[in-house]
Amino acid sequence: MAEHDSSQYYVPAQSPWPIVGAVALFMIAVGAGNLVAHLSRTGEPGWGRYVLIAGIVTILAMMFGWFRDQIKESRAGLHNEQLGVSYRQGMSWFIFSEVMFFAAFFGALFYARMISVPWLGGAGNNEMTNVVLWPQFEAIWPLVTTPDGTQTQAMGYMGLPLINTIILLLSSITIHFAHVGLEQNKRKQLFWMLFVTVLLGCVFLFLQVEEYIHAYQDLGLKLDSGVYGNTFYLLTGFHGMHVTLGTLFLIVMLFRIRAGHFTVDNHFAFQSSVWYWHFVDVVWLCLFVFVYVL
Amino acid sequence: MTTVTTANESATPQEHEHHGPEKGIKRWLYTTNHKDIGSLYLWFAFIMFLTGGAMAMVIRAELFQPGLQIVEPHFFNQMTTVHGLIMVFGAVMPAFTGLANWMIPMMIGAPDMALPRMNNLSFWILPFAFAILLASLFVEGGGPAFGWTFYAPLSTTYSGDSTALFVFSVHIMGISSIMGAINVIVTIWNMRAPGMTWMKMPLFVWTWFITAFLLIAVMPVLAGAVTMVLTDKFFGTSFFDAAGGGDPVMFQHIFWFFGHPEVYIMILPAFGIISTIVPTFSRKKLFGYASMVYATASIALLSFVVWAHHMFTTGMPVYAELFFMYCTMLISVPTGVKVFNWVATMWKGAISYEVPMMFSVAFIILFTFGGFSGLMLAITPVDFQYHDTYFVVAHFHYVLVTGAIFSLIAATYYWLPKWTGVMYDIGLAKAHFWCSLISVNVLFFPMHFVGLAGMPRRIPDYSVQFADWNQIISLGGFAFGLSQFIFLALLIKACRKQGEPVDAKVWDGAEGLEWEVESPAPYHTFTKPPKID
Repeated sequence: MAEHDSSQYYVPAQSPWPIVGAVALFMIAVGAGNLVAHLSRTGEPGWGRYVLIAGIVTILAMMFGWFRDQIKESRAGLHNEQLGVSYRQGMSWFIFSEVMFFAAFFGALFYARMISVPWLGGAGNNEMTNVVLWPQFEAIWPLVTTPDGTQTQAMGYMGLPLINTIILLLSSITIHFAHVGLEQNKRKQLFWMLFVTVLLGCVFLFLQVEEYIHAYQDLGLKLDSGVYGNTFYLLTGFHGMHVTLGTLFLIVMLFRIRAGHFTVDNHFAFQSSVWYWHFVDVVWLCLFVFVYVL
Repeated sequence: MTTVTTANESATPQEHEHHGPEKGIKRWLYTTNHKDIGSLYLWFAFIMFLTGGAMAMVIRAELFQPGLQIVEPHFFNQMTTVHGLIMVFGAVMPAFTGLANWMIPMMIGAPDMALPRMNNLSFWILPFAFAILLASLFVEGGGPAFGWTFYAPLSTTYSGDSTALFVFSVHIMGISSIMGAINVIVTIWNMRAPGMTWMKMPLFVWTWFITAFLLIAVMPVLAGAVTMVLTDKFFGTSFFDAAGGGDPVMFQHIFWFFGHPEVYIMILPAFGIISTIVPTFSRKKLFGYASMVYATASIALLSFVVWAHHMFTTGMPVYAELFFMYCTMLISVPTGVKVFNWVATMWKGAISYEVPMMFSVAFIILFTFGGFSGLMLAITPVDFQYHDTYFVVAHFHYVLVTGAIFSLIAATYYWLPKWTGVMYDIGLAKAHFWCSLISVNVLFFPMHFVGLAGMPRRIPDYSVQFADWNQIISLGGFAFGLSQFIFLALLIKACRKQGEPVDAKVWDGAEGLEWEVESPAPYHTFTKPPKID
């Protein structure tokens, strides 16, 4: 069991930020719900978009305020070692929950590839499924022709996806050296290695957008192009959102390093940003293998 | 102002330099105190229990007679759907989280939860999430009407616009659950007082530890499932549409990968409660502590490989049917270990039947009964007959109402004096027990009969042959619903401190750190870690 700093327990004071966060999530849910429903019914975004934007602004303000208070308290030396352990464990479990979120979509991908598409093609004892429903349907992956005849083209792994893989792998290395820099108190190495990581993250996101444009315009690979397009966009899209958040996280770390934050033994926020970055990297590797290569 | 507590001589601190609760509404909005947040969770859960219960009353009123009399079928479907969602996500889960908040820090000798501000956020998301869900009943086209399991294509092709609100409210309640679970798991891992080793932890703490793990593992999968429903309905994807290469059955796989561990999320903390109460009133140590821990862990692990027993009739390959049948039946082994251990704990004990014990014994018998009907449903060929009948409704209400809810009531009667400092009205409590016990069986037992005779679930009308039993069921339902107002009256009285003041150790056979602090428990407990031998 963990060693306790048993002379002193730390309980943070009351804070207004959690309730602000709850209100923000409420606005996001109501706004997004209205926006989505309105958009699909009328093709026009309704009032929901304003509520959604207000919610996002509020939650950003909440994060800013909450973390600012937290940083102040930490730098005032109020936190103890036990709280540091709690933070690290909390972050680890959060990342585990993110892994399970992606697992749902990987599960959908594997199910489509190994079960639903082969069965529609008549595999196993499902010959009549094929004959009765869509006799002309052939089960191949990537699914470029769906049972109801939607056509698309597959995204190869050469070119942009491969370049992006190399970029993310590189960024995992640079962020590792930034971490090493912090641990050895080499602030310059820390800053510049992190700076390069942020740049690589931005390049990755830029190329991802390019890839989407290429997919939509040249390949006709769209979000609604059957289950191949669905899994492609939801997996890469949610990954892209996580890279965006991770990049923002790292940018905040850059500012904090500039402000002289973090010491050799007190750098939870930085450490968790590194963990998070490695996590999006690992997700990408799985994506690259299962969505693009295989 | 930040509170830094310093070393204090007494292990059960009475008065301190740190401040008590703030005054007014800010106390509840801004709080970081695990007891405040626990109370908020518990009251919220109780209000949701009454709300979901009111919907059940609508359902039973409609089913009192065959034919359509009171509500439209579409509204009936909304009632069954929202009743399920509210009871699962709004009543049972928050109630257990409330108990975890109140009791776990006290049981392990911690000053508070590990991440108190996040704790507050976890709670406050819930009223907003359920406000959205309830409000969606009033939008054009009505609220969710596809069952709490929101199977595609009911939730995609055939659902209304309010599905978007449903999806996002599930998202934010999932965020709340995940944060709550992270808090519990980190608290247990990192905040135990020195000497409180893993195998000395009270079983309620152990069961919650494992429950929290299940929550973190499967709530994100639910988020994935609702996201796919959202994109299928509004953005033209075809995850659950065979025309695009997907499969409606895939929805069921993803949903039940969440859903089956979810049923253990709703029952493992109940096991912990019963394992706490039964030894107290048997005046014996819990029989087989270690086997209880291993049984809980085994149930949790097995819960990840049994999900498709909800889907035996979807046309899975035979080897899959067999795999899921055997794995499901395997779960009855660790569950049996638990039931035998409770009985063995009572064996030759000096048993006294205080109200928590009455509910606990009722739990053991009736939950086991629900477990047996579960075993019947686990048998694939037999399930082909029972599937989607009232037999299934009877089964899961025995495990959830006389299981999870009874354990929650037992826990309330067990710890309420510790929370309020006064003994509640025992006469009312006993009335609550007998009314609930009798009415709940009148309500759910005949459902087995109509189910076996073929009455389908989730249908507002039925064949006249089921009329007699349905009248009896409805009467039981109304009686059970009314009985809960006895509970409400009792709770209000207790919270207004009407009753005899109680000592620190309310029950003479009780063990555990929570009984070493005074009653009512002071606002801050264990600012200095207690010594545990």
